Amino acid sequence: MKSREVGKFFMRTITGVFALVACCAGGALVAQQRYVPVEIEAGGRLFTSSCTGCHGPEGDWVGGVNFSKGQFRRSTSDDDLVRVIMRGIPNTPMPPSSFSDGQAATIVAYVRSLASGGVPAGGDAGRGKAVFDGKGQCLTCHSVSGIGGRTGPALTEIGAFRPGAELQRSLLDPDADIRPENRSVRAVTRDGNTITGRLLNQDTFTLQLIDSSERLMLLEKATLREYAVLKSSPMPSYRDKLNAQELADVVSYLASLRGRP
Amino acid sequence: MIEQGFAATTRKHETSSFKRAFVASCFRVGLYLAILGSVVAGLHAQVSFDRILRAAAEPQNWLTYSGGVMSQRYSQLAEITPANVKNLELRWVFQAQSLEKFEATPLVVDGIMYTVQAPNDLVALDAATGRVFWTYPYAPSTLARPCCGRVNRGLAILGTTLFMGTIDGHLLAIDAKTGGLVWNVAVGGARPEAGYGFTVAPLVVKDKVIVGSVGGEYGIRGFLAAIDARTGKEAWRFNTIPGPGERGHDTWAGNSWQSGGASVWVTGSYDPDLNLTYWGIGNPGPDWNGDRRGGDNLYSESVVALDADTGQLKWHFQFTPHDEFDYDSVQVPVLADIQWQGRARKAMLWANRNGLWYVLDRTNGQFLLGKPFVKVTWTSGVDDKGRPQNVVSPTAEGTIIFPGNQGGTNWYSPSFSPRTGLFYIPSWMDTYSTYIRRPVEYTEGQRFTGALPVMPVRSLQPGPLVNRRLPEDGYGAVQAFDPKTGEKKWEFKMTDVTDSGILSTASDLLFSGGREGYFFALDARTGALLWRTSVGGAVSAAPMSFSVGGRQHVAIAAGSALFVYALR
Repeated sequence: MKSREVGKFFMRTITGVFALVACCAGGALVAQQRYVPVEIEAGGRLFTSSCTGCHGPEGDWVGGVNFSKGQFRRSTSDDDLVRVIMRGIPNTPMPPSSFSDGQAATIVAYVRSLASGGVPAGGDAGRGKAVFDGKGQCLTCHSVSGIGGRTGPALTEIGAFRPGAELQRSLLDPDADIRPENRSVRAVTRDGNTITGRLLNQDTFTLQLIDSSERLMLLEKATLREYAVLKSSPMPSYRDKLNAQELADVVSYLASLRGRP
Repeated sequence: MIEQGFAATTRKHETSSFKRAFVASCFRVGLYLAILGSVVAGLHAQVSFDRILRAAAEPQNWLTYSGGVMSQRYSQLAEITPANVKNLELRWVFQAQSLEKFEATPLVVDGIMYTVQAPNDLVALDAATGRVFWTYPYAPSTLARPCCGRVNRGLAILGTTLFMGTIDGHLLAIDAKTGGLVWNVAVGGARPEAGYGFTVAPLVVKDKVIVGSVGGEYGIRGFLAAIDARTGKEAWRFNTIPGPGERGHDTWAGNSWQSGGASVWVTGSYDPDLNLTYWGIGNPGPDWNGDRRGGDNLYSESVVALDADTGQLKWHFQFTPHDEFDYDSVQVPVLADIQWQGRARKAMLWANRNGLWYVLDRTNGQFLLGKPFVKVTWTSGVDDKGRPQNVVSPTAEGTIIFPGNQGGTNWYSPSFSPRTGLFYIPSWMDTYSTYIRRPVEYTEGQRFTGALPVMPVRSLQPGPLVNRRLPEDGYGAVQAFDPKTGEKKWEFKMTDVTDSGILSTASDLLFSGGREGYFFALDARTGALLWRTSVGGAVSAAPMSFSVGGRQHVAIAAGSALFVYALR
């Protein structure tokens, strides 16, 4: 009973949040801050242990479903989602679970948060764009909607895939958590040339990368003197380059990037 | 030629009567030869069980899933050698009309190839060109629910009849000449809605076709069934979980035996001298929480040796008692006659998903050797009987365990070469999962597993081949071990893991592939890379070899296609 009551509380909270989203013109980013952090955190643990095997860490592994984009195949309301989590979907790989409705509600909270981005308060996306395009020199390596450099990952949809907290951490401490697809590689050819770039793919025999001159390159490992997948990022830390307001603005801008209009 | 030769020697003595007698005698000889020829051809077209037992004597064919009842996946063909393998070229491709994983190993019989387009379409092709003779389409019940893909691993043949298990629990007999249905039986009533079905390539032993059911993730009670090849009637059944009153039943707490899984999904082997058929048994259910099934859970995670005529259990060896890591022991039982501590031994070689490889005496199941071939943390090792010691369990908070949920190896076919004496294992090196203990209740037809372990890299990557696996996430390898000593001889490293089986040949070549989309040849003695080609899709099948038109071919399925190579 206790967990059910807790679940109802969260359901009311979440439902209230979505009602707020519907009423306010401020858009999803503001409304999503209303999720209870401890609940999202608890749901995140359950999601990680029980859901990522099929849905993936970003919730985008199942066709037609992308939690990071708020995209669901069958469910629209939070009640629907709780029901699906608990009962499964017959004749599909989605199994029923032994979660209480309270636990299921926390998972819903987390799933919703994946699409919300969890942007810190106080940022202004417009100002952030100005910093991004100017002082931050971010377009040197990154692109948004096709404008900018290509050596870093494209950020056109970054707000749909990365929570605001992660974006902030990447700006402050780029080496802290580099996703596999964003790793860099450093290779030295037999004649001593050093090539660095973003690792796009690899296999037993070859490396595929985009180098600092935006060249797509395939390197045969057998022709290299040495190579290494780097654990550090070529991106500088903005800890001492941007003030707190500028940082919040850039994060807000990045979180607003959800694909081409 | 007979007529011309005789005429040349008798030209001086021709008479009309002699000519008539000669023509008549030639006609009779020709007739006899024609009759004899048709009888021989007819006999040859029949794949008798004697031919299957002596498959090594006709290496141009591939008559069982693993190439022979010993399951060594070793070809006597030696036209392709370490010296000329670099001259391999693609001869033909068969594009399956299916996006399911292509896991089947084809059969080749006298120039005709038979394979399965997933889930259950049987296809006959010309082995020299890949052109299709016929297809037998089968639409399985929509209630079928194989856990991990609507796949099929291949066929068996006896006489001129092909046998295919279906994912909805049927066994089909198909005329190898016409593709017509001979019979279709719902084995044991076939209950796909409860998780029962077949993905295994059947094994023919004498006049019976042996299959076993999937469903280890749905709380089935597993079984092996021998079906009369002629009538389709069940000849015997071996329940992989003993019922009340049967030996081993007390290794299941309460009623847990009723939904304990112990499925079968990889083809077994047969020793004609012992008349024993060997099969690997899958995980107990629920997979990742053993709380409700206290005990060793026999015969899950075991190899069972059954009398091939009666299905009676002769012996068993359990690799992972009370498994909580989904370490299915369904691997191919590789039978090899080796020297063991100075004397000839009928051995069984077994690379287990639990990360250890074993040598057993296949006459009685005696444990001879058990050693890790990848990083193993779920046990500290095995005792002198082969039983794991100091076994850990998943916790509610999550426990990191090596090897991970896909195992140190899995269902991928290993190989044994009698020439090199080496045992070749497709390996997942240094991979791990976080296992979480969570309560789970059984509901028929629903997944009955517990919490799915978390892996750092998705077990299967969708879409194009982009390898996100970093060095710290482990890697794939082909490893070679000497069963006589347990010594590792060599390792061929891959950046990504591998779902590919292995073929070794009489010219000391080894063929394999991996998830990266390569098919390659190694020196079976040293592991040196000799040849590689890009097949553009993950290899989730095992290579095989055959000869047609006097030329050795090698075949491998990758992505949704079957690729066939020969020397240019």
